[in-house]
Amino acid sequence: MSARPVYVAGVGIHPFGRFPDLDVTRLGMSAVRAALAEAQVERGGFQAAFCGTVYTGVAAGHKVLTALGLSGVPIVNVEAGCASGGAALSLGAAQVASGQRDTVLVFGMEKMPRGIIRSSFFPPWCEQAGLSPAPAYFALRARRLMQESGVTRSHLARVSVKNHRNGVDNPFAMYRKPCTEEEVLGAKMVCDPLTLFMLCSPNEGAAAVVLSAAPGPIGPPVRVLAATVRSHLPGSALGEHTPMSGLIGEDPPSPTELAAKEAFETASLGPRDLDFVEVQDTDSGREILSIEELGLCARGGGGAFVEEGVGERGGKLPVNPSGGLLSKGEPLGASALGQIVELAWQLRGAAEKRQVDGARTALAHTVGRGANASVAILQRG
Amino acid sequence: MATRPIHEGLFTKPDDPRGAALLAGRCGACGRHHFPAAETCPYCSAETGSVEAVGATGRIFLHTVVQTAPPGYTGPVPYGFGLVDLPEGLRVVTRLAAADLDALESGLRVRLEIAPLCTDEEGNEILSWAYRPDDGAA
Repeated sequence: MSARPVYVAGVGIHPFGRFPDLDVTRLGMSAVRAALAEAQVERGGFQAAFCGTVYTGVAAGHKVLTALGLSGVPIVNVEAGCASGGAALSLGAAQVASGQRDTVLVFGMEKMPRGIIRSSFFPPWCEQAGLSPAPAYFALRARRLMQESGVTRSHLARVSVKNHRNGVDNPFAMYRKPCTEEEVLGAKMVCDPLTLFMLCSPNEGAAAVVLSAAPGPIGPPVRVLAATVRSHLPGSALGEHTPMSGLIGEDPPSPTELAAKEAFETASLGPRDLDFVEVQDTDSGREILSIEELGLCARGGGGAFVEEGVGERGGKLPVNPSGGLLSKGEPLGASALGQIVELAWQLRGAAEKRQVDGARTALAHTVGRGANASVAILQRG
Repeated sequence: MATRPIHEGLFTKPDDPRGAALLAGRCGACGRHHFPAAETCPYCSAETGSVEAVGATGRIFLHTVVQTAPPGYTGPVPYGFGLVDLPEGLRVVTRLAAADLDALESGLRVRLEIAPLCTDEEGNEILSWAYRPDDGAA
């Protein structure tokens, strides 16, 4: 199949944080307005819309476009857990690439409850039995990294320190205060080895992207080379699909590995071609595992990757220069598209204090409940 | 006041001659175990499975300690949580019970116990399962 190029013609974001006076439709409207304005796309200028959201309820995207007077086109609401925005992006990009539509609006938004996220995923007996807390699963994953990847508590803390430091320069982030390794390690223990400062906060926000078969008005042009989504294979007892059991020694490729393989093949690129990445950092351990699963270092090399400072701003491959979810917070439906907004700005050279010098090619990754993982690769030019 | 399991079909009843065990599904086609037992094998989609009692003992693969009660849970906190490897080849997600939660570690031998975890609104005792460090007795 010969595919057309897919350009990011415009992006928009509503800051991630807590906004008690704004409902989720307002958050979505704000991001959509900004993206359409940047792309100079007006009423009738896009032929389909995909909206990623998890907790918003019936016709979430329809409510946003109705409020803006932009309904009439197909509007498809997409739920794929933490990868909802990535799933919406993959659907939108496929429509442009295939020639079915010339211009597509992709957006995502969320207003998350506070604290440990309660979802309809687990049956009530599972919650009653104490088997539902997400941070406990994250902690097991982190512990496995400590056993198999040379990861230490100090490494887990350093990921948090890095992302909080990066977030200081991100006006769209929720937490913009730096912290020290001692502060991270000394924060309240949530589930050993993860302290409160190693876990991201569910919060609120929205992001929007206009995809088009032609470059947008703001240069240099940025293309979506790949946008993939994959789910889990059975076997592992420790994945975002949170099964109650798996098989000893069974370690099938994870959704992230599957999505990354497909994305690199589609883009005809490899990890060495990337100038920076934005990856899922629901917790510090997840960032390190994401790096391994994406092939940015060898399996088992996560500890050394952190130790050598590869992912630091100014390092060989900056990881989460935006501050990641640890500083931005995680509005599920918006987080993947928030990454795409950041990638677009970086690749245009417009990321201000966060700018990764000379960034030309970058990858964005999310993974979460379902399980679902999304990987997108964007390139300038 | 009565006693009831937290959910039907997860573990043996107190008077079961097989003793305390988890009730796992075993596929009639590929032979692999899964838990909880389901109609369809998650590995090969065959629907010819049976239920087997498994996991009287096991070894801790990974563990953590949950400090704050998650939504819907009214049992004691803090409590242990982890993955336990069973001799039948299954790796299960489970609560871990221990007099000293700091003493939990990977590789530790554990034994299944089925015991009251909490009470419901009517005052019924709710039975659930946990793995506890095996002191070698029994």
